[in-house]
Amino acid sequence: MTLDTVKNAEQTPDAAQPWAELGLKEDEYSRIREILGRRPTGAELAMYSVMWSEHCSYKSSKVHLKQFGEKAPENDAMLVGIGENAGVVDVGQGYAVTFKVESHNHPSYIEPYQGAATGIGGIVRDILAMGARPVAVMDPLRFGAADHPDTRRVLPGIVAGIGGYGNCLGLPNIGGEVVFDSCYQGNPLVNALCVGVMKHEDIHLAKASGPGNKVILYGARTGGDGIGGVSVLASETFDATGPAKRPAVQVGDPFQEKLLIECTLEIFKEDLVAGIQDLGGAGLSCATSELASAGTGGMRIELDTVPLRDNTLSPEEILMSESQERMCAIVEPGKVDRFLEICEKWDVIATVIGEVTDGERLEIFWHGEQVVDVPPRTVAHEGPTYQRPFARPSWQDALQADAPTAERLVRPTTGEGLKADLLKVASHPNQASKSWITDQYDRYVLGNTVLSVGEDSGMIRIDEETNLGVSVATDGNGRYTKLDPYTGAQLALAEAYRNVAAGGAKPLAVSDCLNFGSPEDPDVMWQFAEATRGLADACQVLGTPVTGGNVSLYNQTGEVAIHPTPVVAVLGVIDDVTRRTPIGFAEEGQLLYLLGDTADELGGSAWSQVVHQHLGGLPPKVDLERERLLGEILIAGSRDGMIDAAHDLSDGGLGQALVESCLKGGKGARVVVPEGQDPFVFLFSESAGRAVVSVPRSEELRFNDMCGARGLPATRIGVVDGDVLDVQGQFGVSLAELKDAHTGVIEALLA
Amino acid sequence: MTTRVGVVTFPGSLDDRDAQRAVRLAGAEPVALWHRDKDLHQVDAVVLPGGFSYGDYLRCGAISRFSPVMETIIEQAKLGMPVLGICNGFQVLCESHLLPGALTRNDSLHFICRDQKLRIENAGTAWTRDYSAGQEIVVPLKNGEGRFVADEHVLDALEAEGRVVARYVDVNPNGSYRDIAGITNAAGNVVGLMPHPEHAVEPLTGPTTEGLGFFTSVLKQLVNA
Repeated sequence: MTLDTVKNAEQTPDAAQPWAELGLKEDEYSRIREILGRRPTGAELAMYSVMWSEHCSYKSSKVHLKQFGEKAPENDAMLVGIGENAGVVDVGQGYAVTFKVESHNHPSYIEPYQGAATGIGGIVRDILAMGARPVAVMDPLRFGAADHPDTRRVLPGIVAGIGGYGNCLGLPNIGGEVVFDSCYQGNPLVNALCVGVMKHEDIHLAKASGPGNKVILYGARTGGDGIGGVSVLASETFDATGPAKRPAVQVGDPFQEKLLIECTLEIFKEDLVAGIQDLGGAGLSCATSELASAGTGGMRIELDTVPLRDNTLSPEEILMSESQERMCAIVEPGKVDRFLEICEKWDVIATVIGEVTDGERLEIFWHGEQVVDVPPRTVAHEGPTYQRPFARPSWQDALQADAPTAERLVRPTTGEGLKADLLKVASHPNQASKSWITDQYDRYVLGNTVLSVGEDSGMIRIDEETNLGVSVATDGNGRYTKLDPYTGAQLALAEAYRNVAAGGAKPLAVSDCLNFGSPEDPDVMWQFAEATRGLADACQVLGTPVTGGNVSLYNQTGEVAIHPTPVVAVLGVIDDVTRRTPIGFAEEGQLLYLLGDTADELGGSAWSQVVHQHLGGLPPKVDLERERLLGEILIAGSRDGMIDAAHDLSDGGLGQALVESCLKGGKGARVVVPEGQDPFVFLFSESAGRAVVSVPRSEELRFNDMCGARGLPATRIGVVDGDVLDVQGQFGVSLAELKDAHTGVIEALLA
Repeated sequence: MTTRVGVVTFPGSLDDRDAQRAVRLAGAEPVALWHRDKDLHQVDAVVLPGGFSYGDYLRCGAISRFSPVMETIIEQAKLGMPVLGICNGFQVLCESHLLPGALTRNDSLHFICRDQKLRIENAGTAWTRDYSAGQEIVVPLKNGEGRFVADEHVLDALEAEGRVVARYVDVNPNGSYRDIAGITNAAGNVVGLMPHPEHAVEPLTGPTTEGLGFFTSVLKQLVNA
C-alpha cells in the first residue's frame, strides 16, 4: 500500500475512505473534510475516528455533563477541576489528592483478564500523569446473575486480572463493590478507581507549551494491540452476529507499569517535565492532539521514531494503537539528557519523537513525508456534539405504580418468618461476604491501609507523622436508578457520602462513572439526562463538586440495556486516622443507636429482589440536608470518641447492617423493635439517611445531647452482647448460623 | 552506633518501603540498596523485600538472583551476615541456593491475601531470637506462588536440623509441604519467610504488631555479636 500523504490527499479528493468501518457517521466525515478543506489522509482519518468516538469525545453526553461545572458548589478544596486527567483536591498540610473512577466494561466482557487488568493500568496512569504517587485502587463491579454459567467465565477472569495487575503494581485494593443482577448478563461493568497523593507544588498538567520543547514518548514499545479500542469497542452495542472483537482488547504488562510509575515520580522530583499525558484510549492520537490543543497548538512529530514491537505497523495503526504502559512528556531541551538518564536507570525505553512548534498545527511525518496536518483543537476538543432525543419511557409509570406494598408482596409476620428472610437476604450473593474476591487483592502493601475489606469506606494514611488520611467509598444502585433515575443517582451520592462519614472522614469531592445503555435509545438518554441532573443537583446541596470521571454508554446487547448505573465515588479527609470508625461491634455492653428515620420504603430493596424477585415502585426518598446532618454527627462522634463503631444502612436495611457489624466484630447484639414500629419495616426498609452506631455507655449522655441539639433522630435500639443476634420478642440467630449463611456463597457458585 | 539494615530495591520490588519502615520502628537505620549497585554501603544486615521483581517473569526470583547486588549479598551471607528474604525475597534466596527448595504456584491457583497464624519453630536464628519456640503469631500473608516444595530428604534434613523457622497453623494457605512458612540455612543467619512480618508492625495498619520481632531480633543479634 502506498503512503497516503497530505499531498496525495490533495491530489486524490475522491478516493474512497473507510470512515464507516472506523465508526464515523457520514456527517462527521463531511465535517472533517470541511475542517481540512480536503479529504483527510488515512492517518488523519484514523486520528479523528478515535478522538471523535463516543468514548473520547463524550459527544452524546457532554450537553448533560456540563451541569457538573455549572452547578458546581463553591469549594475551596478544589485545585484542579474537570477536564484534566483527574481532578485534584486540597486535603491540608500541603497535600493534594487526586482520584478518579473509570470504566473498562466492554474489553472486560470480551477478554475478562486483560480487560480488567488494563482498566487498572489506565486509571493508574491518569493519576500518575497529574504528578501524584498512586496509593490505592478500588473496583466497583457488576455481573450478571450469580448462578448464570457466563458469570463463571467472566467473574474469575476479571478478579484475577484486577489482582494480577494491581498486586504487581504494589497498590493496595481498599474496597469496591460487587453486585449481581441479570441485567448485566451481557454487559458486566468493570469500573476502576485510583487515588494518588502529592504535594501542591507537584501538580502537573497535560499541555504542550514552549516552542522548541521536546516531545518524549516513554514506556512500552508500541504494538498492534487495542487498535480501535475506543471507537469500535467502547462506542458500539454488542451484536451477536458481528465478528469477534478480541483484537481490539489491549494486553497489560504490570511490571512495565511499575517501572513507569517509579521512573515518572523520579522525573517529577527533579522537575523535568513541562507537560505530561498518559497514553490510554486512542493512544498517540489522543496524547499528541490533547497536549498540543491544551498548549500553544503547534507540534511536529516524526512518527517513524516511535519504538515498535511490530515493524510492519502502518502510520495509521501506530496512531490508533492502545498499547499499554506508555506516557508522553514535554521536556525543555536542557532537561532531556537527565530525563533520558532516569529512564535508563529504570530500564524504561524513552525516545524523543518530536517537538513543540510555534505554529498552530499538529504535523506528523513518516520518513520525511507529511501524513497529518490538522488544527489539534478540532481533533481533541472540538469534536461533534449531539443533542440526542430523549423521552420518559412509556413503561416508567407502570414500573413506578407497581409498588411493593404488603398486599403486592407477602411480608413475614412471625419471628420465624423474619429470621428466614434475614438469612435469605444475608446469604444472597449481593449481600454475602465477598472475601473470595477480596482475598485475591493485596490490601496491605505500602503499609498505610487503615480501613479496607468489608468496611463502609477504604481509608489510607497519607502522612505517618501527622496521621492525616483520606478515605473513599463508591456506590451505585442500578435498581433504584431504574425506578427513578433522578433519585437513584442522588441516592448513589448520598450512600457514598454517608459511607465516608461513617468511617469518620469529611466528604470533600466526587468522581463518577456513568454506566448506561445506548444513547441512540431515547429511553436510555432520558435515564442519562435525569441521572446527571439529579447528581449535579445533589452535589450542589452537599457541597461536593464532581472533579472528573467517565461515561460508559452502549452497555447493552441487542435491545436490552443494563439498569442505568451511575457509580459515585466520594473522597473524604480525616485529620487523624487513629480516630477512624470501623463497622464491627467489638465491645460488649456498648449501646446501639439507630440514627435517622425509618419509613415503609421497600421499592428496589434487597428484600424485594431476594425474596420476591420484584422490582417496582419508587426508591427511598432522598433528604440531602438530613444526609449532611447525619454526616456531621458521625464525624463529630468519631473525632470526640462518642462512637466506636458505625455502619451505614443501605441494601438489606438495618437487618443486614446488624449481620455485618456483628460478624465483623465477632460479637452479638440484643435489639428491641421500637414502640409502634413494624418489625418487618424496622429490619428491611431501606430508608436513606440512616446509620447504626455503637456508643460507649460513658458517652451516652453526651452523644444524646449532641443528636438532640442538632435535631437528628437517635433511637436506642439495643446493646452489643453475647454471640447471638437477638431481636427481642421476634427471633434469635447465633453468630455461627449467620456466618454460615454469609460466607462461602460466592465460592460455592464458582466451584 | 546505629545498626544499619539494607533493604534492596529490585525493579518490581513492592514492599521495600514497608520493610524500611519496619526496620526503623525496630530501632535500626534503614538503608536503601539498589539492585545495580554491588556496594552494600556498610550495612550490618540485609532484607530482600516482597514484590514481583522483574515481573516474576521466567520464574519468581530467577532474574533478580543475577543482579549485581546479589553477588555481594551471597558472598556476605556465606560469611555470616544476617539476610532475611520475605516472599519474593525468599524466592530470590532459593534461586540463589542460599536456601534449599523452591516456591511454586499456590495449590488454589489464586493469589491469596489473608491474616495468617504461624508458629515459630526455631527461635534461635538471627531473625527470630525475640520469639520463643512454639510461639504463635498472626501476620499478613499475600502471595500467588508461595507453596514451599522440596524433596523428601531435604524436608527431613530441614526438620532434623531444626531449620524450619515457621509453620502455618490452622490453615495451610498455599499447599506448602509440611506447612512450612519459613526456613533458615545451617548457620541461622539467612532466613526465608513467605508471610509478611513487615506488614504487622503497627496496630493501625496491621492485624497485629507481632511481626516486629523479626526486625528487633536482628538488632539484638548484631549488638551481641
